[in-house]
Amino acid sequence: MTKINFIEFNGVEHSVDVDDGNTVMEAAIKNNVPGIDADCGGATACATCHVYVDPAWAEKTGEAEEMEKDMLDFAFDVEDNSRLSCCIKVSSELDGLTVRLPEKQF
Amino acid sequence: MEKEFFETDVVIIGAGPVGLFAVFELGLLDMKCHVIDILDKPGGQCAELYPEKPIYDIPGMPSVLGMELVDSLMKQIEPFNPSFHLSSMVQEIKKIDDVFWEVKTDNNEVFKAKAVVIAGGGGSFLPKKPPIKEIENFENNSVFYSIKNKERFRDKDLVIVGGGDSALDWALNLESIAKRVTLVHRRDQFRAAPDSVKKIFSLIEDNKIDFVIGQVSSLNGKDGILESLKCKTSDEEVEVKCDALLPFFGLTMKLGPIANWGLNLNENLITVDTEKFETNEKGIFAIGDINTYPGKLKLILCGFHEAALMSQQAYKYVYPGEKLTFQYTTSSSDLKKKLGVS
Ligand SMILES: Cc1cc2nc3c(=O)[nH]c(=O)nc-3n(C[C@H](O)[C@H](O)[C@H](O)COP(=O)(O)OP(=O)(O)OC[C@H]3O[C@@H](n4cnc5c(N)ncnc54)[C@H](O)[C@@H]3O)c2cc1C
Ligand code: FES
Repeated sequence: MTKINFIEFNGVEHSVDVDDGNTVMEAAIKNNVPGIDADCGGATACATCHVYVDPAWAEKTGEAEEMEKDMLDFAFDVEDNSRLSCCIKVSSELDGLTVRLPEKQF
Repeated sequence: MEKEFFETDVVIIGAGPVGLFAVFELGLLDMKCHVIDILDKPGGQCAELYPEKPIYDIPGMPSVLGMELVDSLMKQIEPFNPSFHLSSMVQEIKKIDDVFWEVKTDNNEVFKAKAVVIAGGGGSFLPKKPPIKEIENFENNSVFYSIKNKERFRDKDLVIVGGGDSALDWALNLESIAKRVTLVHRRDQFRAAPDSVKKIFSLIEDNKIDFVIGQVSSLNGKDGILESLKCKTSDEEVEVKCDALLPFFGLTMKLGPIANWGLNLNENLITVDTEKFETNEKGIFAIGDINTYPGKLKLILCGFHEAALMSQQAYKYVYPGEKLTFQYTTSSSDLKKKLGVS
């Protein structure tokens, strides 16, 4: 089990444990963390699972692939540390990962 | 716009996989259908959200892409020649008399039918609205998420936001009509048809349109009419004159007008029985992802089953008093004739 921390736009924090191999989006959905819509269920097709990765974790989560970068065009308030959470796979490497949620997914 | 009238046996709301298969099941029982969808193409979630992803749990198909499934369904229903009304949103369903329902769309289409099948999935695919402060105050006067009449943008200062096909197509389309088009996108790469991308870059180069790399941060105007807006770029905030703002961030599913049709809902899903998949209104059915009942699974195969059972009851409204005999497509010469395979 790996721990992932979500911080809602209003500051409320959620700390959840999830099996490796899940995505960060799945970690949120399975644990009812509000603020991630994930309309497309993780198909990199909706951009409603947008999160901001805590800068301290940027290196470990790596860089977005081309398809994810393209899809980020359909998210709002995209910053340098924006990612689609369905494209980040959970592994023990990411134990303690913190991501912030945008005000809205649309 | 002039009203258009249609009379048919059954109106199907939603052209997702389940709505499409309903055409088949209803067709086998001699019922003609009109199918309405707000999307500009059939296929619902399969076409809009995962056309290139394989589905592994369609019976008899070990693996089929979302778009392949839609194409196959379209082929399968061809013999029944359904009429499609795309880019139309159903706004209203009303009972006219003991036999007929009236269904109205936002495109001024009016349908008269003996049964209505709601196959609305997760709801209407509607444009995403960027969370810019006060944007809703300017909607319909100065902010537009889709364009029906280009002329209203003649000689205006337009700001188009986005980097996909819709944003680029409209920038190309409106450049010659508008006073000035400013394209705002968060990076200098576009995810659109290569030809459009090429054309956009040459318009930018020729100084025919302005291009700002950044995002819209605030709106300025009064009484619902925009005057200008601010864009945040990597190092500054720039002000852009703007009569109309056109944001194109893709689509998202929202329940939409279905909530207002007087049907019993449970957490935004329409409750139905599991024999006929009928709602609390006799003659209005709900199948596929939009319905709920004990044990419901949001799977395509469940929607297909629901379409078959629903059709048995719909028949009673379309052909009252007539007896229905159960037949197989394999062996019934009657059904084979309808499918054009006899
Ligand atoms: C990424 C992803 C993967 C999936 N994988 C599978 C899988 O492997 N197997 C499986 O069985 N299922 C899968 N599903 C679920 C499957 O796609 C749905 O069960 C299926 O699409 C439901 O079909 P439907 O026809 O009921 O609704 P939808 O496909 O949602 O279509 C409904 C249509 O109705 C339209 N509509 C709604 N309201 C109105 C209105 N008022 N006016 C006009 N049009 C309207 C909408 O625009 C939409 O096009 C997946 C879903 C997603 C997102
Ligand atoms: S869930 Fe749709 S893009 Fe991530």
